[in-house]
Amino acid sequence: MRIAGKGLAPEAKSVSFTFNGRHLMGQEGDTLASALLANGVHLVGRSFKYHRPRGILTAGSEEPNALVTLGHGPQQDPNQRATTQELFEGLEARSQNCWPSVEHDVMALNNLAAPFFGAGFYYKTFMWPAAFWEKLYEPMIRRAAGLGALSGEADTDAYEKAYGFCDLLVIGSGPAGLMAALTAGRAGADVIMCEEDCRLGGRLLAEDEEIDGKPAHLWVAEAEAELEAMENVRLMRRTSVTGAYDQGTYAALERVSHHLPRSHSLKGSHLPRECFWRIAAKRTVLAAGAIERPVAFRNNDRPGIMMAGAVRAYLNRWGVAPGERMTLFANNDDAHRTAHDLVKSGVHLAAVIDSRHDAPESDLYPVIKGAQVCNSGGGKQLESITVRSVRGEEKIQTDCLAMSGGWNPSVHLTCHLNARPAWRRDILGFVPEAGAVPGLRAAGACNGSFSTAGALREGAEAALAALNDLGLAAATQELPQAEDAEYRIAPLWAVPGKGRAWLDFQNDVTVKDVKQAAVENFRSVEHMKRYTTQGMATDQGKNSNVAALAVLADANGRTIPETGTTTFRPPFTPMAIGAMGAGAADEGFKPQRFLTSHEAGEARGAHQLEVGLWYRAAYFPKPGETNWRQSCDREVMYVRNAVGICDVSTLGKIDIQGADAGKFLDFVYTNGFSKLKVGKTRYGLMLREDGFIMDDGTTARLGEHHYVMTTTTAAAGQVMAHLEFVSQALRPEWDVRFTSVTEQWAQFAVAGPKSRELLNGLLDEKIDSESWPFMGCGEISVMGIKGRLFRISFSGEEAYELALPAGYGDSLYRLLVERAEALGGGAYGMEALNVLRIEKGFITHAEINGTVTAFDLGMQGLMSKKKDFIGKAMATRPGLLGEERMQLIGLKPVGAVKELSAGAHLFNPEDPVERIYDQGYVTSAGFSPLMGHMIALGFLKDGQNRIGDQIRLVDHMRGLDVQCEVCEPVFYDTEGERARG
Amino acid sequence: MAELTLKSPCEGLLPVTCGALTLKEATPGPLTTIAPFKGQEAALSKALKKAHGMAFPGPNESTEGKAGARAIWFGRDMALLTGAAPAEGLSEHAALTDQSAGWAVVTLEGVGGEEVLARLCPVDFRLAEFPVGATSRAELKHMMASVTRLEEASFQIMVFRSLAQTLVHDLKTAMEALAARG
Repeated sequence: MRIAGKGLAPEAKSVSFTFNGRHLMGQEGDTLASALLANGVHLVGRSFKYHRPRGILTAGSEEPNALVTLGHGPQQDPNQRATTQELFEGLEARSQNCWPSVEHDVMALNNLAAPFFGAGFYYKTFMWPAAFWEKLYEPMIRRAAGLGALSGEADTDAYEKAYGFCDLLVIGSGPAGLMAALTAGRAGADVIMCEEDCRLGGRLLAEDEEIDGKPAHLWVAEAEAELEAMENVRLMRRTSVTGAYDQGTYAALERVSHHLPRSHSLKGSHLPRECFWRIAAKRTVLAAGAIERPVAFRNNDRPGIMMAGAVRAYLNRWGVAPGERMTLFANNDDAHRTAHDLVKSGVHLAAVIDSRHDAPESDLYPVIKGAQVCNSGGGKQLESITVRSVRGEEKIQTDCLAMSGGWNPSVHLTCHLNARPAWRRDILGFVPEAGAVPGLRAAGACNGSFSTAGALREGAEAALAALNDLGLAAATQELPQAEDAEYRIAPLWAVPGKGRAWLDFQNDVTVKDVKQAAVENFRSVEHMKRYTTQGMATDQGKNSNVAALAVLADANGRTIPETGTTTFRPPFTPMAIGAMGAGAADEGFKPQRFLTSHEAGEARGAHQLEVGLWYRAAYFPKPGETNWRQSCDREVMYVRNAVGICDVSTLGKIDIQGADAGKFLDFVYTNGFSKLKVGKTRYGLMLREDGFIMDDGTTARLGEHHYVMTTTTAAAGQVMAHLEFVSQALRPEWDVRFTSVTEQWAQFAVAGPKSRELLNGLLDEKIDSESWPFMGCGEISVMGIKGRLFRISFSGEEAYELALPAGYGDSLYRLLVERAEALGGGAYGMEALNVLRIEKGFITHAEINGTVTAFDLGMQGLMSKKKDFIGKAMATRPGLLGEERMQLIGLKPVGAVKELSAGAHLFNPEDPVERIYDQGYVTSAGFSPLMGHMIALGFLKDGQNRIGDQIRLVDHMRGLDVQCEVCEPVFYDTEGERARG
Repeated sequence: MAELTLKSPCEGLLPVTCGALTLKEATPGPLTTIAPFKGQEAALSKALKKAHGMAFPGPNESTEGKAGARAIWFGRDMALLTGAAPAEGLSEHAALTDQSAGWAVVTLEGVGGEEVLARLCPVDFRLAEFPVGATSRAELKHMMASVTRLEEASFQIMVFRSLAQTLVHDLKTAMEALAARG
């Protein structure tokens, strides 16, 4: 019921929305909850386990009951709290966890079977047979119990991540937060203030009180205007600080577009739905306020029973009275403000029931002292309460009961680094200990100071202390005048009596459940939590924790501080996983590295292969080719018969200079480089410290103290890091400097018998076998552009690698391919490159897979005896040499089946195909158009002594069983005549 | 006779304007990494000053010299000389490596550039902490970048050339999201 003239915006525009298909009207500035209450809707959802009807309990993010689902399909948002969901035109919300409707929920039958569903019921009942848990019980229970559901479709929303930095982070914008921000802002500190609500002010928006002689919300507006005008202050509304981490880092979730129609946050419209912030703050003021706790009594979960502070918020902020005949039940003075405000607004208040015999009197409404509400009546909405006092029990007709068991300071964030809060008897609440989070000070209600004056004072003090830490001068603030009432409270956690008295509304945990846990010896608060599920799910027990542990303490005969709290963990309020992973969907998942030849390759229809982050052409299909093998075979023959062009720029290139560069290379490679002649290139093998191969490649000597190293594509980063380690940690005294030049050079393999002919048509100075012998290198120029030429071969043919600055890569590649085509060749891709190198027995990381030694490759001769190198000692360990090792061999099919596959395992023909008989494995396989059959490389136990033997290749994945002959790993031009030209 | 043509790393991708911000490809001229040899730090800095008008930059600094030359701190004991080819004598004191073609260089210009970068880099770009001339080798989304504040409202951002497309995509996405907030 809306009260005319009440609320902060009585003249606000109307907004239409639907709830469970019903068309309703609300106002701008409403939450879904305030709009529903204005329409007299109390029944909002069904409870988790028993499907009991539930209504709106609170007016904030702690809401356990009023969870709704918004949207459909990919945009379906379950578990949105009606109390924080801002209303917008066209909003469509629906109840969850009910079928067929919230009014008539079939699963409410669970409620009748309640005696069987108490704490530990599932654990005791569904213990055996074990297989039934996963297959039957769990799916069954999950279907019956639960919160909202996702649609199962991929999310179409955009999310965002951001980093923030400040001198002072202020969490919360109630009186303490505002005062802290004003104090720090006026002193010139960089301030970020986070407020989870859409408006600043905190409880000041919900209370009918004055600050400095004017209504509190006007003081808030003035403070807000002053803060807005400060360039050094950033106000972040709709932003919950969800976690405290080391070194003053905080996580915060900004709900950017939850308050707008859904079309705003879809990917195409760019506005994120949520933004996940990481804020690094030098100092922090926590002004998170407090959360009011319910009192447990029989049937205290009926729609229409609400928190007293929430009733005040609906009345004073939104002008909504949640009932026509109200009652109040409390154990503290603060709650009497609700009674006062209701009566002042003309709402009928039937009675105030206070458990204390010394409760304050009023001449505005009747106060029943020393009494307790012990039951409620009604169906899906409250109709009556039963009050027990010394006079006995009496029933009072009421449609809305406001209750208050006192306030719990919001200490959550102060526990995220594992600190425990301290119990204060005077306020019956936990407060944070100083230093719980380094650099953070708590102020106001979250620190146990419940009066407005106290909050203003503590906010200013906390900010002054932070400014002092930061070395910023600040004037002592004149504090505004505000109420400074004493907080009077007497313990009341649960009203004794029969029936179910609810503690945790979200998880359907009752007083009886907690007591039962204690009886069954789940006496620790952490055990009780797991046994009963109290404090779990989306509200994380914000409403129920303290009362539940008070009940547990009582059952155990211990005090509350002895019992302690469970551990509060991030996030403080729920957040979409999409927000935490923001930016990682679609193209954002990983960066893409494109070669300078990429576009030219695409124009030739290249099929791309992802190699790490790089995109490389796998093959270039020609018209009429229906299978990649046809393209691959053709490209292989370009290189064997004419000339092929391949972009090899992805290989790591490291420029190494300095007086000790040669010495450095001698140390990282197994073979020597300091005596390599200038203008020559050499193949090198690099070991890890443990003696296994790390990487291989060629290194060219460009000058006396200048080398350029080539690494494999896969290990480019690893080798760079390794060189850094060696230079910084092992040989810091050497004069050697290096940097990556992978991206500086576009480098193309020009391979085949016509490669020199092609190059001589392009180079400004022609080359011949004498000026550019095998493994020669040096500077050249192409049409006036300076570059480098290396005569190296990964195909076994006469071949060169031509490098020009990458800006010319696209142009050079097109030119090279055009020239190659004129000579009967053309572009070749990774597939052909692979076949060419298998034919020659050249290795890649398929072979040097981390378990392979130089000995295994037959390259022990490359391990210099004259010098030390990394991995030398370990490479000669027993077990790394000798016939027990698997050695590199070639394989060719000799039986009826001709297919070979990488990943297959090798067995002796007479042995069973079982793991213990394993003789080796295949690392690479391909079809050799030269041989006319498939060939493979692999590792075989004592392989070099078994050349010519028959072996059985088995691949269970591909269903292959192939008779093979073991052969030398070099299939073609074993003497290497062709490369030397 | 055919000619080789030069192609810039961001050709066809830029410029992009979104709200008050513009992302452009920059052409800072030659790029050369300068890494002082053992014990040559002071001599190098002196030679650099003489030849190009600026000292060797300390960590997270860039120094501006004459005729558009700038030295940007580029990692441990390394600077990137931009805007000028290195003078002859410098190679006596340092390893010089041409990187002119290896980096995609863009500038983000306009008020609020910090807000775009705040969505991508875990670096404090507030003017007081990151004044004109400040530089950082920072993570930009998943890429390792070099970010330098050239002017109060102008940032120079560099990543490996091959990453140009991703760089533009990531910056554009952040710019659009920021502009959508109005």
